[in-house]
Amino acid sequence: MLTANELRDYIMNGLPCDHVEVLGDDGQHFEALVVSPQFTGKNKVQQHQLVYFALGERMRAEIHALSMRTLTPDAWAQSAIK
Amino acid sequence: MNIQEKIRNQVTANTVVLYMKGTPQSPQCGFSDAMVQLLKACGVNNVTSVDVLADPEIRDGIKAYGSWPTIPQLYIKGEFVGGADIVREMYEQGELQKLIQSALE
Repeated sequence: MLTANELRDYIMNGLPCDHVEVLGDDGQHFEALVVSPQFTGKNKVQQHQLVYFALGERMRAEIHALSMRTLTPDAWAQSAIK
Repeated sequence: MNIQEKIRNQVTANTVVLYMKGTPQSPQCGFSDAMVQLLKACGVNNVTSVDVLADPEIRDGIKAYGSWPTIPQLYIKGEFVGGADIVREMYEQGELQKLIQSALE
């Protein structure tokens, strides 16, 4: 069964991130907060696409549902979600 | 007509199109249901929807079309707007309402 920690590693291995948090303990439904400098200058669709790209085939094969919040390092520094 | 052309026709022939699991009356997934409710909150009560569970070709085809691996997917005026998370964020920030209003004018 896929764990939140494994999913966190998958994301971090595929995308340079400042910070990643993943929640979810049923092996299928996860929530992630991803902070990456690569998001700078990109819209939300492009930001989520970068995370999906990092997960590649796993998104199709292993992950049923991934709810995501993506932030640039600047937006994260200003936000209250810490 | 191949599947990509068929999808392009669907998203350009209708102002707002939702690709979802199930139907607005009987959604088969919480994310799809959430999307229907957000659209209703923006005044779109009878959204044009496509049930991907009814058509495996569309289900795969729309993932390629939007370069997006998940369902639901929302299109407005032929443009991919986002999946469930992005659309919810846009609604919370008032952007979805504006986008829909100007699209329907």
